Amino acid sequence: MDFNDTPEEAKFREEARRWLEQNVPTPQELEGLNYIEQAKLWQKRKYDAGWACITWPKEYGGRGASAIEQVIWNQEESKYDLPGGVFSIGQGMAAPTLMAYADEATKARFLPKLASGEEIWCQLFSEPAGGSDLAALRTRAVKEGDEWVVNGQKIWTSGAHYSDYGILVVRTDPTVPKHKGLTYFYVDMKSPGIETKPIKQISGDANFNEVYFTDVRIPDRQRLGEVGQGWQVALTTLMNERASIGAGGVAVGFDSVFRLAERVNIDGHPAIENSAVRAKLADWYCQEAGLKFTAYRTLSALSRGDTPGPENSIGKLVGAPKAQDMASFAIDLLEQSGAIWDEELSAEAGLFQGTYMSIPGLRIAGGTDEIMANIIAERVLGLPQEPRVDKGVPFNEVPTGAGKP
Amino acid sequence: MNFEFSEDQNMLRDQARRFLDENCKPAVVRNVLEGDTDHDPELWRKIVEMGWTATVIPEDLGGLGLSYLELCVIAEELGRVCAPVPFSSSVYLATEALLLAGSAEQKEMWLPKLAAGEAVGAFAMAEGPGRTTPGSLQTTVSGGKLSGGKTAVADAGLANVMVVLARHEGGDGAALYLVSTDQPGVIVTPVPTLDPTRGHGNVTFEQAAAEPLGDPGQGWALTEKLLNRAAVLFAWEQVGGAEAALAQAREYALGRYAFGRPIASYQAIKHKLANMYVKNTLARSNCYYGAWALNTDAAELPLAAATARVSAIQAYYFASKENIQTHGGMGYTWEFDCQFYYRRSKLLAVNIGSEGLWQDKLITAVEHSNAA
Repeated sequence: MDFNDTPEEAKFREEARRWLEQNVPTPQELEGLNYIEQAKLWQKRKYDAGWACITWPKEYGGRGASAIEQVIWNQEESKYDLPGGVFSIGQGMAAPTLMAYADEATKARFLPKLASGEEIWCQLFSEPAGGSDLAALRTRAVKEGDEWVVNGQKIWTSGAHYSDYGILVVRTDPTVPKHKGLTYFYVDMKSPGIETKPIKQISGDANFNEVYFTDVRIPDRQRLGEVGQGWQVALTTLMNERASIGAGGVAVGFDSVFRLAERVNIDGHPAIENSAVRAKLADWYCQEAGLKFTAYRTLSALSRGDTPGPENSIGKLVGAPKAQDMASFAIDLLEQSGAIWDEELSAEAGLFQGTYMSIPGLRIAGGTDEIMANIIAERVLGLPQEPRVDKGVPFNEVPTGAGKP
Repeated sequence: MNFEFSEDQNMLRDQARRFLDENCKPAVVRNVLEGDTDHDPELWRKIVEMGWTATVIPEDLGGLGLSYLELCVIAEELGRVCAPVPFSSSVYLATEALLLAGSAEQKEMWLPKLAAGEAVGAFAMAEGPGRTTPGSLQTTVSGGKLSGGKTAVADAGLANVMVVLARHEGGDGAALYLVSTDQPGVIVTPVPTLDPTRGHGNVTFEQAAAEPLGDPGQGWALTEKLLNRAAVLFAWEQVGGAEAALAQAREYALGRYAFGRPIASYQAIKHKLANMYVKNTLARSNCYYGAWALNTDAAELPLAAATARVSAIQAYYFASKENIQTHGGMGYTWEFDCQFYYRRSKLLAVNIGSEGLWQDKLITAVEHSNAA
């Protein structure tokens, strides 16, 4: 039992490290560019040198590298503060679905541009009436000749306003049970009839959108999988909604709250001397360490060439509520002044208040806490699903509530 | 990255599990719970025969000379079955204290016997309710004779040799002593505990012959080190127990029907079991870290031990109480075995210091590593 790379892994790490040292963009290079332009510059540079999407086959723009090499690369790359993130849905979710379901010409057309960052993709799955129950989505597609005409609304679409393409699941047959009436497409986001509206979050930011479809025409050749098989194709996408191994994660963590507890006083003594404060911090340390060492165990499985077990599915379920509780606790430690949320006036430039206001979103995005717990219960522990009242019922006869659009 | 047990260690785990499935069925635990013995002598004899008590003792002292990783594997399996034997006292505490601080003569005197199961060891620390500190100690040694009283000493009634923490003027205020129980000045009074499957006793020392173990005046530092090492092994036992409690809850929930379906299909139960799994997984991963630090005697051991210990205490408590809850009324009956884990989880939680104490140690360790 040790924390060391194998000789091959060490060699790869050294190679990655050397390339990064010589190629990470300088502040001068990035000056004057917006965030997306910066991200594209960095992605293209990686692509040209064979460091983009490194586990993909070489013919699609990858490097043919192993999963453990991907993790090593991520670890080395995350040592720098680099623009990124805008490609994660396209490269992490759309691309694996294309690889599994698209024809060769489509793969050759889109995958290299996904890897190089020249084209950005978004995911058009969730709807006002279909969140945790994704298959309840209602956006309709009706076939007209060689085209499908799409009407409806998607929601929570990150990056829709700057994306070139989107992966889309729609209802093509409302008269069959809900999972059987879905079909999967990709769509040009510049198609006539697509309208994107940003959603303002409680944090004040607007990271995602509503996307409206009004008589949007999609050629049938942009269908992935058979008509009515959209749910199976969507599962391929969702299974790639991968846990980010070895990545940084949310900002409020043990270290920032520990530092704060050393600085603020309780009854004239540093808060860190208070036993209740120590107990809480110790628990959070245990959670943080537990997640870190769980990831190490996953890495070990990857290093051995195994497929990791389900242990890593707990990351978001533990990490998001922990960050919320820690931010809340840190604000309490500040007492009255904790109410102030200002980059100049607040401790840690408003990190605690910012996290407090952004973290409710993380507990919901990509599977709510409750859905994550269901996944663990069903896929890890093998417990049965809840009975479903809509099972086997034609979609247009399923009871609906106020969420009907 | 090779943050896992070796193939040999995994084989040892399989072998240990098979052995305990065969030799420590629930009926064995229940027999001790309901009887008037404080352990299962037959099981203990077989465990000694397996060589488990000799695991980390060097070969020239009658041991197997294996690593602490092997001992962690065994600890987890013993925890899984709530084994009613004095393994933790004799192996994680007494043997470990001798390995840490014993003179050559003391090691030669006791380690071969502890390895061969010819002697059982125990560790005597607490003297009353509340946390033990050098300042709270009343037990003293004068002219090589130990006097005072110790409470809730695990496996006191079985011990042939005790490692006793006593007050010392100077140094860090404490000293460890080695005391043979084969003398009239050592009086053990059995005490009933939350977990009758492990014997405990109050011990009175009346001018008992005692020899220093390690330097007097460094007894508190030694005790801290000893407890850090033992904490990793206790944590593995606790994780083993927590996983067994989850497995029991899962099996019951799948087979028990209410309102026309298995209770395992209700989200209230599914989420409860998912929470057990999450706590157990985090605790297990922290135990890996503890195992690594123990095995390499890393500078991080105080932090790694506290992290493993706190998360294992919490995971076992949660799994054992929610296992009873999952079983409903049946879980509260004497007839069901859910009580084994609930009893053992609390016993292990206080045996070498509580959750609160180890939370405090954890933060102290962070403070030290930040200062370094």
